[in-house]
Amino acid sequence: MQRIAALALAAAAGAPCALAQDAKTEIEKYQQMIADSSPVELFELQGETLWSKRQGPKDASLEQCDLGLGAGVLKGAYAQLPRYFRDEATKRVFGNEDRPSEMEYLSAYIAAQSRGAPMAPGTAHPKEAAAYELGRKLFFYRAGPWDFSCASCHGEPGKRIRMQELPVLSSRAGAGPVVATWPAYRVSNSQFKTMQWRINDCYRQMRMPEPTYASDLTIALATYLTVTGKGDPYRGPGTKR
Amino acid sequence: MNPARRIALKIAAVLAAGLAAPLSALAAWNKEAFQSKTAANALKELGVAASTESKDILIEAPQIAENGAVVPIEVTSNLPGTRSIALVIDKNPFPLTARFEFSESAVPYVKVNVKLGESSFVRAVAEAGGRHYSAAREVKVTIGGCGG
Amino acid sequence: MAEPMKIRATLKGDLAEVRVLMVHPMETGQRKDAEGRLVPAHFIQEVSVRLNGRSVLEGQISQAVSRNPVFSFRLKGVKAGDKLEIAWLDSKGERSQAEAAIA
Repeated sequence: MQRIAALALAAAAGAPCALAQDAKTEIEKYQQMIADSSPVELFELQGETLWSKRQGPKDASLEQCDLGLGAGVLKGAYAQLPRYFRDEATKRVFGNEDRPSEMEYLSAYIAAQSRGAPMAPGTAHPKEAAAYELGRKLFFYRAGPWDFSCASCHGEPGKRIRMQELPVLSSRAGAGPVVATWPAYRVSNSQFKTMQWRINDCYRQMRMPEPTYASDLTIALATYLTVTGKGDPYRGPGTKR
Repeated sequence: MNPARRIALKIAAVLAAGLAAPLSALAAWNKEAFQSKTAANALKELGVAASTESKDILIEAPQIAENGAVVPIEVTSNLPGTRSIALVIDKNPFPLTARFEFSESAVPYVKVNVKLGESSFVRAVAEAGGRHYSAAREVKVTIGGCGG
Repeated sequence: MAEPMKIRATLKGDLAEVRVLMVHPMETGQRKDAEGRLVPAHFIQEVSVRLNGRSVLEGQISQAVSRNPVFSFRLKGVKAGDKLEIAWLDSKGERSQAEAAIA
């Protein structure tokens, strides 16, 4: 009887570790399944239509826009962002829960044209280097009512929130898969979401004031993350929880 | 309204429209079944009196779904002569989720993304040779962390 | 959205693997919008699949199918060039259809 009890205790002690590992495998399987059955392609197609749509007072389309690799060159352009552009386009908030914005469809299409290209954000220009430094500083900067920084959740291995494992975003191994799969279709909102949105949502979840879209702060953070995770071939747009 | 009259009205409407309806005039959406609040009632409305558990119905589903909004479910029926497959999610407010009818040209197979309100058994009920068979799988839905 | 449906059909021998992506909110009628108001139910109820004009698969679905539904089907006795037509009808009486040739 005692031996059986001892075995039962031993099994019980080992059980939480085994359960956690099983859960991780099962969650990975779920993530693969939703990626296989994803409506994300619809967003890319919609973006493609928008890219060549003529509109506005000049009856112009976006087709001659230069995303860094030359006018109208889309292939591989997303994989080299963020980067410094001399002209600053108007920065405006786009999209919300109930009303997806055209910008989201466009980002799906443009990102899709970089599938397979290694992530290679700009680092040479002094402004790009400055953005990286600012982003790195922000990553570790504690603030807000909970005194959180990005690093509070994403700065050390072995952390999780409920069943979600938290990637170490200050490391190449952690940041690589993340930057290679945004923007993404998020099944929890059934919407297509950008990295910009993801960063804003992190700030909201840390109970900090939400940054302005396309602010220098968010671009700096995106730069830090993409530079930290660079090298992986882009495999988005992704499908995420 | 009795079913015969319902069908007759539908056909009349289709003829009146002067167009061939893209869908079979006999396949009107089964309101009673889809609005049933229990799996048992839904199956009754579908005319399923009883079903035998069968290992020839394969359900591929995640054991854990990070989010209940999209749960991919794949059902294959290897029962010879399978005419239809119905999908029932026990704990959903309206358990009957889908019902597919297969001609000889269609493999009794379907994959569809469904919503689970909470952790639940997902049931597939197949009709073959005039009888009903079923299989079930449990899917756990987790409350998410922050992001991803 | 510009395209309400996208069909992908690939042939292996005489078996066609069909995947269709549909654009539809599939509102259950239980969701609240940003202002806290209930969004009315609006979802696809009937789906039909035709091969060369003949119905091969019919489906009835509920609001519990995910937003922007993705379905996979398998058809047999199919050859390259066969015409696939998929149509849906929703709870508001709205319809959509798309065609694709088996590749």
